[in-house]
Parts: sequence; C-alpha cells; structure tokens
Amino acid sequence: MTNSIEIKNIGKKYNITHQRGSYVSLRDVITNILKNPFKHAKHKAKQILGKIENEEFWALKDINLTIKKGEIIGIIGANGAGKSTLLKLLSRITPPTTGEIKLSGRVASLLEVGTGFHPELTGRENIFLNGAILGMTKKEIVERFDDIVEFSGVKQFLDTPVKRYSSGMYVRLAFAVAAHMEPDILIVDEVLAVGDAEFQKKSLGKLDEVSKSEGRTILFVSHNMAAIQKLCKKTILLEKGRIEMFGDTEKVVDHYVTKIGSRGTEMRWEKNETPGDDVAILHSARIINENRDKIPFATANQKIGVEFVYEVLKDGYIPIPNIHIFTPTGERAFMSHEEYDKKLGAVGKHRTTMWIPENLLNDGTYVAQIVVSTMKPLRIHLSQQEALVFSVVEDIMNSQKNDFNQKVPGVVRPRLKWETVQF
Amino acid sequence: MSKITLIKPKKTFSFEDIKELWKYRELAYFFVWRDIKVKYKQTFVGISWAIFQPFVAMVVFSVFFGTLAKMPSDGIPYPIFVYSGLLFWQFFSSALSETSNSLVGNAGIITKVYFPRLILPISGVVTKFVDFGIASLILVGLMFYYNITPSPIILLILPLLLLITFIAAMGGGLFLASINVKYRDVRYVLPYFIQMLLFVTPVIYPASIAGKWSFLLALNPMTGVIKASRAALFGTEPINWELLGISLIAVLILLAIGIIFFKKTERYFADIV
Repeated sequence: MTNSIEIKNIGKKYNITHQRGSYVSLRDVITNILKNPFKHAKHKAKQILGKIENEEFWALKDINLTIKKGEIIGIIGANGAGKSTLLKLLSRITPPTTGEIKLSGRVASLLEVGTGFHPELTGRENIFLNGAILGMTKKEIVERFDDIVEFSGVKQFLDTPVKRYSSGMYVRLAFAVAAHMEPDILIVDEVLAVGDAEFQKKSLGKLDEVSKSEGRTILFVSHNMAAIQKLCKKTILLEKGRIEMFGDTEKVVDHYVTKIGSRGTEMRWEKNETPGDDVAILHSARIINENRDKIPFATANQKIGVEFVYEVLKDGYIPIPNIHIFTPTGERAFMSHEEYDKKLGAVGKHRTTMWIPENLLNDGTYVAQIVVSTMKPLRIHLSQQEALVFSVVEDIMNSQKNDFNQKVPGVVRPRLKWETVQF
Repeated sequence: MSKITLIKPKKTFSFEDIKELWKYRELAYFFVWRDIKVKYKQTFVGISWAIFQPFVAMVVFSVFFGTLAKMPSDGIPYPIFVYSGLLFWQFFSSALSETSNSLVGNAGIITKVYFPRLILPISGVVTKFVDFGIASLILVGLMFYYNITPSPIILLILPLLLLITFIAAMGGGLFLASINVKYRDVRYVLPYFIQMLLFVTPVIYPASIAGKWSFLLALNPMTGVIKASRAALFGTEPINWELLGISLIAVLILLAIGIIFFKKTERYFADIV
C-alpha cells in the first residue's frame, strides 16, 4: 500500500511570548521606549547580537511518522502534549519550524464544525459557504447538496437564517457539510464533543462509515478513549511534544491509562502554579480514608474522601466547590457539589471533602476534576482536569463478588437493596 | 496519486503563492458573495446605506466648505466637485480599513482552516466595488442636474483609476493588517489615521490650492487618481498622465511592501491568537 502521510523530523518551536497567546500593545511599547530609551536600545542591541536567549518552547520535536493509505489513526495525549499543534501543522494552519510533511491526495481538516458559518445567512447559503471554506468546489457542493440536507435533518429550515437555529440544529447542519467532504485524508479534532448524545452517535457512525469506504486515511484526536478504541486500529500517544508510543490502539490506550493512574492520590501546587483566577485558587488535593489519612488506593468497600484545599481571595462571590469523577476513557461517572452556603464566600483557606460512599464505585481507575465556581452568574474560578487519579480495587479478603468470580461490568457498582420472595 | 502536498518551514514569498491564489479563486468568490449577500440582504437598507454615506458627506461638505467657507473648486459646482472626490475617497478608505482588519477580523476562520490568507483582503476590497458602483449612481444624477457632459475618456481611464485605488488600499491595508496583528491597539487609532488622510488628499479642496507645495500632495497616490477623475469628468484641465504613472509606480511599491509584511505576519498569526 502506498504511503498517505509521511512526516519527517517535524518540529514546532514557539517563543514563550507567542505561545502565551498574548500580543503587545503599541502604547506599551512606546511608553517603554520613552521612559527608558537607553535600556531599550541596549536590549535591542543585545537581541540583535544574540546575547539574549529567547525563551523557547518546542511544542513538537523530532516527529517521524509514516501513515499508509486507508489507515485510521488515533492521537491521544494529555493537554499540552502537542496534539493540536500536530493537527495544525498537518492542516497547514501554521508552518513547522523544522522538517517536512508529505501528504498524498486531497486533504481536509475538521478542527471545528461550522467554521465560517455566518449567522445572517440561511442554512442553504451556509452550506455553500462552509463547503467552500472546507475546500469543496461549487460543483461538488451542488452534487452533494441533497445528501447534506438529508443528513442534517433541518430541511424545513433551509431558508431560515442560521442565527434562528437551535444550537443542536446548527451543529447538525455544520457536521453534515463536513461529513460530505470526501477527501483522501481527513484530519479530525475533538469536534464530536459538541452536540447531544444522539448526534455524537450519528457522527461517530458516519466517521466509521467514511473510514470503511475505499482508501480514506483519517487522523482522529480525542480525549474519549472509547471513541478512539471504536474507530482506530492504531494510535499515537504524544507526550511533551514527542511520540511516546505508536502502535495497536489497545496497547497504546492501556499504556496511557496506567500512566495517568500513576499520577497519584496527592497533589500540591506550588505558589506560582496554583490553578485558579483572582477569586479562588487551588492549593492541594488528596484521596483520604475515613480517618482522614492519605491512601494510595481505595478498596471498593471503603468510604473514599476526595479532599482539596482552596483559598478564596476576594469578597463578593460565593464560590462552590465541586468535583467531577471520570473514567479513564473520559466518560463522566458523576459530579457533585457542596451545598450553597454564604460561609463559602469568606476570604481565606477552605478545606472541603466529598465523601463517596462505600460500594459505589466499581473496581477500576477514576480521574477527579476539581472545580470551584460561582453559580450565579456562572463563573468558573478554577478547574483542574485530572487533578487526582485513584484506583478502586476489590478487597480480596473481604470480597463481595462471592461466587461471581469476575469483574462486574459498569462504572458504578452500588449495593442496592433487593427483595426476592418465593411464592 | 492525484495530488501531493508538501508542508515545509515557510519562505516569505514564492511564485507558488500566485498559483495557489488562482487555485483558490472560487473561495474568494464565495467570500465576496457572502459579504455582498449579508450587506444587501435587506436590499433597500443595503443600497440606501451605500448611497447615504457619501451623499450626506457631500451635503455637509457643500454647506460648510462650499457655501460658508467659499472653498474654490476650479469653477465646478462645489457639490459635484466634492462628490467626485468623495466617491473615490470612500472606496479607498473603506477598502483600506477592511483590509487592515482582514487578519484579526477573521481569526476564527484562519485558526481552523487553511487557504491562502491573501484571499481575505482581496475579496474584502472587491466587495467595495459594489458600493462604489451604487454610489456612482448619485454622481450620474448630479451630472445630469448640473448639465455636465464628461469627456468619453472617463470610460477609458476609470478602470485605471480604480486599479490604482485598489492597489493603494491593498498595499497600505496589508501593511496595516500586519501591524494590527502585532499591536492590537492599532485598530483604535486607525479611524483617526484614515480621517487625517482625508485632509492630505484633495477631496474637499482642489489640488491647485496648495500652490507651489502641490508636489507634496502628489506624493499621495490618491491625489493623482482624484485629479485625473476630475479632469476627465469636468474637462477643467488635461489629464496629467505623468502624475498617474508615478502614482501607479508608487502604489505598486506600496503593494510589494504590504505583501512582504503580510506574508511575514501570516506565518505566525495562527500561533498568537
């Protein structure tokens, strides 16, 4: 089979100032020059002579990959591992600093659904506009127009401006256009995270169908391991801008999940890296038992406490602590929050604990996201994904599985009251 | 294999770029179509807005400069004199500000999809031709009203004048667009800057008013354009082909500078938004 994508020695460097997404204002620059003309001149001179080392950051380094025609490749990795950068390079949104990429065939990238949709234009008009932006010719759009409309299911609103669409209709129409691109290489970012469950299922199905049809190469980034496992045979694991692993999806996902698992049941954030804004910041978090001792893992028949310490810095808000528990594949098991109470708004440090009752979580690994937010108006002060990772294991000595000697399926495994009578 | 795309660290400019622009012409057409569609969706409002702006400016200028300040106008009725200038000025200034905003204003698309970024300013300026066309209707009306017959050479020279204006707006706009990316507060200064430009362009006064300093005005390529348009419309003086030639060369240099800056900025633009 021929190669569809050849990546040789690709690297992407950012200067820290650029990477932060900040921009300079002319006003500041001028004030600086006027205030300190000599210092500025000296700085410039040093910069030209190369005496000042720019703070550099390699978002991607030494990436070498060959992907064959017709392969469906998943890309996983923690936030900041370089997934998005890789997609941006492949879709030519930003050029690489080193190396070369060779793509054979027509490339389409879907980093967002509905790019370029104009709210004032009707659904019909937006199909053409969005199609053209995604790289379809007018002829192709005309040919596929009926299929697109059919797939989107918004036929009766075709001549309504999309600003009047519900968000669900909007996403469906946008995805319908994207799904009919028929490129040789398709690059998909986490676009499926939007929309309702039914839509997600439909679009995943469409991707699956697209991938099965002749010779389509797909690169698919997702946090949802379940989706990756369903769609992709092979997966790339990125870590700090390098390829940590590339191979069978099963193996790579396994490796990644155990790796997050080793993240630990206790976290502390140092002074200048505390997550949070000017209202609340996060200091530390840990998994504890009933005696408030830190535990390396929990057993299924034990009460589990997720404790964290945060600090309220400002008056005038009632920040509510809440915790989201995820499975390693990215499914949310549940979320829970502290009850509203004026005391929560007091400036100072707070320690909060969420108690997960015994026999609720199944054995497996769980990821806790810690959030502190004000509800009205909604404002998220701090949100730490993967703040804690902990495993729940079966207590062998005290097993409740009894004669059912294998893992009980499901995210949760509550002990519920049963009543069975013989009559 | 049908087509191979090579992605490499980018050079500033290559002739491939021109080929690529041509390949993406359909997208440019769609952008123009979008802008016109959105603007003239409510046909009446759209058209009246295109007419309203220069018309009101003409009335205001005629009252204050023509009637009250008795601004000389080379013997032509002041309203039509100022309108002929305003017509080109509006085209130039709106195209200039549209182009300056083309990178920052389209960040949403630029960070998600690839296409030659030059398409954005080009289609932005092309859209302004429609406004120009609509606003010209008023000029035709004024010509009838004041019973002025233009020399037929206007038909010949009009495309050239539009081309010079187009290139001037593109060149300056591309340069400003790059600065706008780096220094995001530039866009607040821009409207004032454009307003100032109006006063160094012979729109509300004749170029002859500057006397022996008029060569300074000639540095401004829009001077050549507006002078030539008046010469052709009203026949007050012969068309200064030499001045037009200089303007053309000047705007081409401006365009080259603009493109260089633009290409340099577009490389890292997606990284800093």
